[in-house]
Amino acid sequence: MADHPLPEPDVAREWFEAMLLIRHFEERAGEQYARAKVGGFLHLAIGEEASMVGTVRAMRDTDYLISTYRSHGQTIARGTPPGKVMAELFGRVDGLCHGRGGSMHMFDLPRRFMGGYGIVGGNLPIAAGFGLAADYLGNEDATVCQFGDGASNQGTFGETMNLAALWSLPVVFMVTNNRFGMGTALERHSAVTDLQVKGEGYGVPGMECDGMDVVDTFHVTTEALRIAREERRPVLVEAMTYRFRGHSMADPEEYRTKDEVEEWRKRDPIITFGDRLVAEGVITEDERAELDATAQQAADDAVAFADASPVPEPGSLYDDVYVLGGQVHGWYSVDERGAGVRRGEDIGGEGHR
Amino acid sequence: MATMRYREALNQALREEMTRDERVFLMGEDIGVFNGAYKVTNGLLDEFGERRVRDTPISENTIVGMGVGAAMLGLRPVVELMTINFSLLALDQIVNHASHIRYMFGGQVSVPLVVRMPQGAGHQLGPTHSHSWEALYLHVPGLLVAVPSTAADAKGLLKAAIRDENPVVFIEHEYLYGQRGEVPDGEDVVVPFGRAAIRREGTDVTIVGISRMAVTAEKAAALLSEQHEVEAEVIDPRTLRPLDLDTILASVRKTNRCVIVEEGWPHGGVGANLAALIQEQAFDDLDAPIGRVTGADVPMPYAKNLEQIAFPHEPDVVDAVLATFRDM
Repeated sequence: MADHPLPEPDVAREWFEAMLLIRHFEERAGEQYARAKVGGFLHLAIGEEASMVGTVRAMRDTDYLISTYRSHGQTIARGTPPGKVMAELFGRVDGLCHGRGGSMHMFDLPRRFMGGYGIVGGNLPIAAGFGLAADYLGNEDATVCQFGDGASNQGTFGETMNLAALWSLPVVFMVTNNRFGMGTALERHSAVTDLQVKGEGYGVPGMECDGMDVVDTFHVTTEALRIAREERRPVLVEAMTYRFRGHSMADPEEYRTKDEVEEWRKRDPIITFGDRLVAEGVITEDERAELDATAQQAADDAVAFADASPVPEPGSLYDDVYVLGGQVHGWYSVDERGAGVRRGEDIGGEGHR
Repeated sequence: MATMRYREALNQALREEMTRDERVFLMGEDIGVFNGAYKVTNGLLDEFGERRVRDTPISENTIVGMGVGAAMLGLRPVVELMTINFSLLALDQIVNHASHIRYMFGGQVSVPLVVRMPQGAGHQLGPTHSHSWEALYLHVPGLLVAVPSTAADAKGLLKAAIRDENPVVFIEHEYLYGQRGEVPDGEDVVVPFGRAAIRREGTDVTIVGISRMAVTAEKAAALLSEQHEVEAEVIDPRTLRPLDLDTILASVRKTNRCVIVEEGWPHGGVGANLAALIQEQAFDDLDAPIGRVTGADVPMPYAKNLEQIAFPHEPDVVDAVLATFRDM
């Protein structure tokens, strides 16, 4: 699938930089998790960088992107400063969501990154809602909804495919097939393993892209977005990819062999694209090393930024549960006025509702 | 003032809000061509067209989820679910998504979505169409919960719900749809959330009635006055989040007795929650344990005689009130 020519040198170089940044960011995040700076679950996308960057670069700034619990890379590809993503992983106040969401729940409204979602398949109906809003408002905004192969078995998949086709919504559904639903292999979790056909019975045509190739991903997504935007109908794109690391950091990877991982590593999207850039004279080996060092530095800077950011004020615990109007009456939340309700600590602060 | 049925008041609220605000649109099963399973959306498809009154497939979780997405982009979706039992299919979108999105994304976005649904027993619809689950939604921070019991409140609260920036679970009642009541004139007559209504004033006992049980409580109060010389104060909270606890507490401090009436199950019910809050705040004002009248702790049976004893009626409320006067 590498028949597509490279884009302009500046563009190709920027894609390479973006993939390198995501790779180094994820590696640093993994290290910080091991050092207990990052809590909870941490799902790394190492190996899936091309499917992220290729997709996002096919989108307009005004398009909406919605993803899963594995979305640090998409957030960064969309332009969010890596420090704000890392600070969210650290649970700090300068995190994208001020430490409310963590790794699984990134969100950047100005960049129209409409969220990472922790419930498998939970983002599909919401994506259709974005498509409905664009249709209702009569604008050209399209939505890209990324989800994993495991989500294609959820009820929301069928429901959403049907509704998106029925109402002709401008949404590109991209199933990132990394061949495992957590630790269950594709052929053990889906009766139909050719995932791009799973939408056809609902009226959503399928396409396939090589998710290990940023150029192919870009071209297929560009065409899918054209169909969604101009023909006003949904498309299902299957991006064939592979994650090199476990599902999360707490994954002994007993469900696959080292040989299989090594075989896929030969198709590492960053190495193969870097090789191609050098072979076609876009960059030299020296420049490649410089770009790598620059990305590594940016990931280090993100860690430093996150580490320097304070933890959220305890008094902010109740902030943003509700939008409170000018005239608030009644109890929204059981707060400090509920004398018999015990909490772990005295949270203090103003304006708790 | 005009007199109309509860369902007509809801219909009027939808019509007025859709006329007022182009962003308001409706989605639901059989709300358009069929005119609504309970006729709440009667005539709205003809008036507003298919763009704004959207018949959906039977896909509750996805309908609500699409409402979440559309609301995040600034629209004002009003989703109808045919009964509250069906809302369980949409619980993921209501709880994990609608109620959490603002908080988990650090306040960057709000979800001004209204999910309407009827609840309640009495029509022999059996165990999957008859329940009362305001307690389930009250449990969830991030949601607002309305339980109108009169035509006027149905209209005024629905208008407030549509105008609110938060996700609202709007719980109607199958029995109340056909009940008539006076509704104030004026397109901007809105019943704000968080203000209880005192349905009847009294000095001897406070009865808090939830949803249809506010009506039952008022009838029981009349019996108490006529037959037992007990003057009950009847309070309808109208919304459970936000909750006008202050009005309830002021009444309890006056009457020193309280009985809470709800149609839902007893464990973890609204009454259990309210009783806890009242005793925390007004323990010294209570002359008797707080009484609770609830639906029976069973899935709703079909047989008419069994169904009738599985949810509260006026004599149950009278008995519970009189029990607070024993051992004096």
